[in-house]
Amino acid sequence: MPKVVTDIICPFCGTLCDDIECTVSDDNKTILSVKNACAIGAEKFNHQKLPGRVTRPRMRQADGSFKEVSYDEAIDWTAKMLVASKKTLMYGWASTSCQAMSIGHEIAEKVGGIVDNCATVCHGSSLIAIEDVGVPSCTLGEVKNRADRVIFWGCNPAHAHPRHMSRYSIFPRGFFTVKGHKGRKIYVVDCRYTDTAKCADTFIQVQQGYDYELLNAFRTAARGESLPDTVGGVPKEKIYEVVAELKEGRFGIIFFGMGLTHTMGRNHNIDIAINLTRDMNDFTKFSIMAMRGHWNVTGSGQVLGWQYGFPYAVDLSRRDQARHQTGETTSVDLLVRNEVEACFYIATDPGAHFPVDAMISSSKKPTVTVDPHINCTTEISDIHIPVAMVGVETGGCAYRMDNVPIETRKVVDAPEGMLTDEELLTRINKRVDELMAAGGA
Amino acid sequence: MSEYIIKNGHVFDPVQGLKGDKADISVKDGKIVDKAGSGAKVIDAKGKTVMAGALEVHAHVAGPKVNAGRWYRPEDKHFDSHKKPGITRIEGGKSIPTVFKTGYEYARMGFTFAMEAAMPPLYARHVHEEIHDTPIIDEAALPVFGNNWFVFEYLKNKEIENAAAYISWVMRQTKGYGIKVVNPGGTEAWAWGLNCLTINDPVPYFDITPAEIMNGLMAANEYLGLPHSMHVHQNSLGNPGNYEVTLDTLKLAEGVKPKNNFGREQVMHSTHLQFHSYGGDNWGNFESKAKEVMDYVNKQDNITIDTGNVTLDETTTMTADGPFEHHLHGLNHLKWINVDVELETAAGVVPYIYDPNIKVCAIQWCIGLELALYAKDPMRCFITTDHPNAGPFTRYPRVYSWLMSKKVRDERLNTFKNADKVISATNLAELDREITLYELAAMTRAGPAKALGLSKDYGGLKPGMNADIAIYDINPDKFPSSGPEIEKAFGNAAYLFKDGKICVQDGKIVDFGNKHTFWVDAKVKENKLVVRDIREKFLRYYSVNEANYPVPESYAPHQHIITVDATQA
Ligand code: SF4
Ligand SMILES: [Zn+2]
Ligand SMILES: [Zn+2]
Repeated sequence: MPKVVTDIICPFCGTLCDDIECTVSDDNKTILSVKNACAIGAEKFNHQKLPGRVTRPRMRQADGSFKEVSYDEAIDWTAKMLVASKKTLMYGWASTSCQAMSIGHEIAEKVGGIVDNCATVCHGSSLIAIEDVGVPSCTLGEVKNRADRVIFWGCNPAHAHPRHMSRYSIFPRGFFTVKGHKGRKIYVVDCRYTDTAKCADTFIQVQQGYDYELLNAFRTAARGESLPDTVGGVPKEKIYEVVAELKEGRFGIIFFGMGLTHTMGRNHNIDIAINLTRDMNDFTKFSIMAMRGHWNVTGSGQVLGWQYGFPYAVDLSRRDQARHQTGETTSVDLLVRNEVEACFYIATDPGAHFPVDAMISSSKKPTVTVDPHINCTTEISDIHIPVAMVGVETGGCAYRMDNVPIETRKVVDAPEGMLTDEELLTRINKRVDELMAAGGA
Repeated sequence: MSEYIIKNGHVFDPVQGLKGDKADISVKDGKIVDKAGSGAKVIDAKGKTVMAGALEVHAHVAGPKVNAGRWYRPEDKHFDSHKKPGITRIEGGKSIPTVFKTGYEYARMGFTFAMEAAMPPLYARHVHEEIHDTPIIDEAALPVFGNNWFVFEYLKNKEIENAAAYISWVMRQTKGYGIKVVNPGGTEAWAWGLNCLTINDPVPYFDITPAEIMNGLMAANEYLGLPHSMHVHQNSLGNPGNYEVTLDTLKLAEGVKPKNNFGREQVMHSTHLQFHSYGGDNWGNFESKAKEVMDYVNKQDNITIDTGNVTLDETTTMTADGPFEHHLHGLNHLKWINVDVELETAAGVVPYIYDPNIKVCAIQWCIGLELALYAKDPMRCFITTDHPNAGPFTRYPRVYSWLMSKKVRDERLNTFKNADKVISATNLAELDREITLYELAAMTRAGPAKALGLSKDYGGLKPGMNADIAIYDINPDKFPSSGPEIEKAFGNAAYLFKDGKICVQDGKIVDFGNKHTFWVDAKVKENKLVVRDIREKFLRYYSVNEANYPVPESYAPHQHIITVDATQA
């Protein structure tokens, strides 16, 4: 008899929905159907049963082809690579559990690795801004229960975080928001008319590259100062009108995404958005939140935070000190400047996200990729070590975009004999110890 | 397990009334025993001070706001952030050390337990992840209840039994230790940008006052018979003239009787009292009211306090008192973090520099010291820095030096830039008292252990108690006369035994011991109404499912569960 597993956490995006239900085959091996998830979330669960899944490590041969090897061989090769390299880029972590990260950091500290996560190519600029000016924020439940003014700035949850709007930000009825959508004013600020904009009461089209100026104009308007006729293509009347509406609200929130972090100004855009939020707290209650992408990229920042005091790009290569300096200890810069000797990728796909130059540099170095599936990065690696899917075939802690930690669940068994990230890293750690005790370093 | 005899030390133990007497302490199987076997290893403590391991009663050492403080302040790593030789990991941070450094530093100072003072239940998993990664010291965490919607609704209708049932449920879900209250009502008001600045300001919408919240939580605490009392951070923290609110709050405990099986005698622990003992009505005429506050505390046997000593450092303030952090940011304009937590609480973080050249900071420094020096019963007054709010916990040795030596503290007081003004706004210059080693043992060991309901096993050196023992290189007959010498001795324990294992030797970490997470499992009668209320609130208002709320066992693999039976209450 197939059984139903409830309260499953979706290991796909930073919304981290925790109400997924799966029907699972009698033998606990296959997910038969997925309920409540959005299309991209469901796809992640369905990946589990795709035919042709790699279940054992593969090592590159002289002729360029891959050959299956045992976990022991792969672990030995990886440990030797880590011990031999004086500076290894250990990048990824956004799709694994915090428990696995912790073991990874222990290894990095021993071998002198640089631990970096996907923030380095997405919300790193937000983290820099927060390091500069702080951040007034809240949990997503606060948005659901209180928010009557919601701004989406440079983000498109309709595609990137599909259930965000129904669970937290636009549609739900909460304690003080009994009217749901009707009681909220929704604003979308973007340079193009997105699917999220279709849900907005007000769409503000900002000229590409003028977000900083427009945010500055919002601050100016909030202080009652005068504005030029248009800012970033938006008429000043519109700006005054929106700011007046925001002030009339009881609880406002700005959600922002790549449209703000990766356009001209970058961390300064976030910086001024945070300062606008801060200013608005002189008139009403206001919060701001980054729409974090990968489901546990936030968790990586947390674990690095409590272990080393920095949220990403943590350079442990001195072995007695942790360093963090954007542009210096960040993955893409390290690769482009050819400053690392080896690459260890886990739980993400830099091959699909990093600039070409960085990946060309990477492809010339000894490389190990740990990932449940074949991806762009596995194909330029010396070894691909497949592992159980975290959040589907094994549990572990993850942090939602509002930093709320949720323990993901195991739904089905991993294919026979496959290791989890935690098991694999524990064994690599042990092998590193053996090699170092034998004078390997 | 190894056996030890600690020979010829000067033992300071309020539990047994030992005031520096030369005595041998024997250790076997993690406990203090009457006599160890003949094979026991001898530790020569001649000319040294021997005390139980110290207990931190209130510090912010693990969880979401602590970690936000860490990662958003890369500059805090500019100081003193290296790996030390030996078995330890990289240590980072000054005002908010990383988890590794936190465990090591407490141990080096002779501490074996720390209480995380504010755990937002929704973030309990995070708190426990950090506790799990903090080496050596035992830890526990206090979930916050003073701005919780369930609590408001039950207490508005005087439903103590239901409030208690809900509290016991939360403590089990979050592996929590007791009832923490932070700015009761004020933090919920802050969700709308407001605050409650007296104990009678009504909480917006919920139609309850801070006084009613605290009365109800004290009653629920005693109904359950928990090991610790209600632990309160009062309203109007940090404001000139707030000592009147403080006295109003303390008076709520009058007539309330402790009811528990742990030997606890207080019904209210009032924390970081330094921040609540201010006179004047603006920063210009700001002055100490430590005497007025302590005169009251000294009379009331059912109250304990901790000091919240300002250490005159650059630090990172953090509290569930969301409106206070916003207010502080308005004063110093340094970077502000805020997090409002659905149905439960909020938190804020702002860096702060206690500059000795600023009169107000120097007065705050005086007030913290005055509180301890006015305390008649050292078993009810504990030394804290409300880490990291008034200063980092790593400054305890310096705070001890100010309290134990009139000379050392007068040197500091008289060299303040505004010394005259500071002296006239405080009473410190007139106080000659020097805290003795025996009193220190009460204020940092026996006292906090008793207030936390742990006095059976912790805070003393009586046979049968846990072998948590600190040995300091201090000869009481020749007590060091300079500040730096006192600091060095208290900052680098000659030995620290944790559960009978040597974890620190000559100030160096030599073993990670067996760290435990303490939590309290209070059993109550089945309460269908509360179960239904919980289900309903999760369905309608929380952003996580009820089934995903509990902290799994794996987060506290070495747990020390204290069970309380309130089914007959
Ligand atoms: S919104 Fe994100 S977390 Fe939720 S189901 Fe879709 S992909 Fe998964
Ligand atoms: Zn407090
Ligand atoms: Zn505190």
